[in-house]
Amino acid sequence: MPVIAPRPDHDDRFFWDGVAEGRLLVRACADCGHVQHPPTPMCPACQSLRWEPREVTGRGTVLAWIASKHPSAPDAEPRIVVLVQLDDGPRLVANLYGADTSWAINDLAVEATFVEIDGIRLPGFQPARGAA
Amino acid sequence: MSLPPRQTAIVGIGATEFSKNSGRSELQLAAEAVKAALDDAGLRPADVDGLVSFVQDTNDELRLIRSVGIEQVTWASRTPFGGGGAMSTVQHAAAAIVSGAAEVVVIWRAFNERSGHRFGQPAQGPTQAGMSWHTPFGLDTPAKMYSLWFQGYMHRYGLTNEDFGRYAVVARRHAATNPKAWFYEQPITLDDHQSSRWIVEPIVRLLDCCQESDGGVALVVTSAERARHLAQPPVLVEAAAQSSVLAGDVLFNYYHDDLATFPEASHVADQLWRASGLSPADVDVAMIYENFSPIVFYLLEAYGFCGPGEAKDFIADGQIDLTGSLPVNTHGGLLGEAYIHGVNSIQEAVRQIRGTAVNQVAGAEVALATAGRSAVLLTRA
Repeated sequence: MPVIAPRPDHDDRFFWDGVAEGRLLVRACADCGHVQHPPTPMCPACQSLRWEPREVTGRGTVLAWIASKHPSAPDAEPRIVVLVQLDDGPRLVANLYGADTSWAINDLAVEATFVEIDGIRLPGFQPARGAA
Repeated sequence: MSLPPRQTAIVGIGATEFSKNSGRSELQLAAEAVKAALDDAGLRPADVDGLVSFVQDTNDELRLIRSVGIEQVTWASRTPFGGGGAMSTVQHAAAAIVSGAAEVVVIWRAFNERSGHRFGQPAQGPTQAGMSWHTPFGLDTPAKMYSLWFQGYMHRYGLTNEDFGRYAVVARRHAATNPKAWFYEQPITLDDHQSSRWIVEPIVRLLDCCQESDGGVALVVTSAERARHLAQPPVLVEAAAQSSVLAGDVLFNYYHDDLATFPEASHVADQLWRASGLSPADVDVAMIYENFSPIVFYLLEAYGFCGPGEAKDFIADGQIDLTGSLPVNTHGGLLGEAYIHGVNSIQEAVRQIRGTAVNQVAGAEVALATAGRSAVLLTRA
């Protein structure tokens, strides 16, 4: 399945720059510390415009998942899309690697990984070491 | 804050046929629907001074004015959020009338959503603004976007896709006796549902998805006072509300604490009950915008028709059937009748209050039409 490339803009380029370096960065308010994802230019908690990127561990738990295929021309291999609650950060949507739909994916402990598909670098998740 | 109750009324409804290939322009569909709604109300194009549609509607107000022969418009507005905001069109119209900004407001929605741009097909690049967090990972259709949310509900309450199928069977049964429905005389069984192909495994199958339709629908709204002198029995706008809340999203509603709830819908429901003084038990019939079957489960619970996690049994027990305690989507819904972005469901709510629906709920006096983040409560004058 072809990947639709992300389109970094002024407010989220830091995230994609981080992905290129293999780091998972989230937007933290420089004044009150509120973490906002997806990021916004203003902190919704204190209205500050000052912020800094904060690196998160990438460890988390799967809240929900789907198998993504083309609706009328399914690929042989679906992409598993997961919504992950990060242990030390916000929720993040990405693909799950190293598991298939026969797994009990809900509540699975995962860790971040980085992949390159069609020349596009994306964050992803894989079962955490020791999880199965 | 809320609109004052019973100050405005829906006095006209009109629609084209619902098809997969209308063979005419979206502007013509809009014009035909508006003319039909005005005829129904006993009003002329020159009586119209307000227009409301969706941000997504491709028809320009001036082209519609020129097409229909509307002479002077003093109010025009559009509702955001696609189908989720469908019912806030009535709130816009009612607010314009109550404020004095307009007297006769026409709501329209018209598109060739099957023969033209199909909402259900995967998005092509480049990523739309704000969607970088989702589309690169394969969330490229509304079915997938919503299903990632729905799966949290399934997991919480232990549902399977078969549970959703029980809703689809009801919708198609209602459509089967509605001659205007695309799926007229085509009911399905739960086996049919379970043997339809997966659209998003393990959440929704083909028969859980709303249709892609061509067609147009229009409504005429005016003051309750003027409504008393028009052609149809007035259907009063008891309450109309919408909701957007912090951490909310339309297509990607993944950031509220609990994936098994729909906070925007609960917020809308609270507004309706507060503004009207009515309660869930007072509602005789409900039109629930269903882009996909699972959303009905969230909404039944958000409105308090059943408790959290109880929608599965509420539906399985027949409560949403024509003979149940809360008949739902008596026209067949967006699965069975057509997908005119939910405005066709407002029309059905109007017919139920008038007493002219093909699947009429006897004595219906309070009808709800909800699209999750917007809703209208209609009552008999």
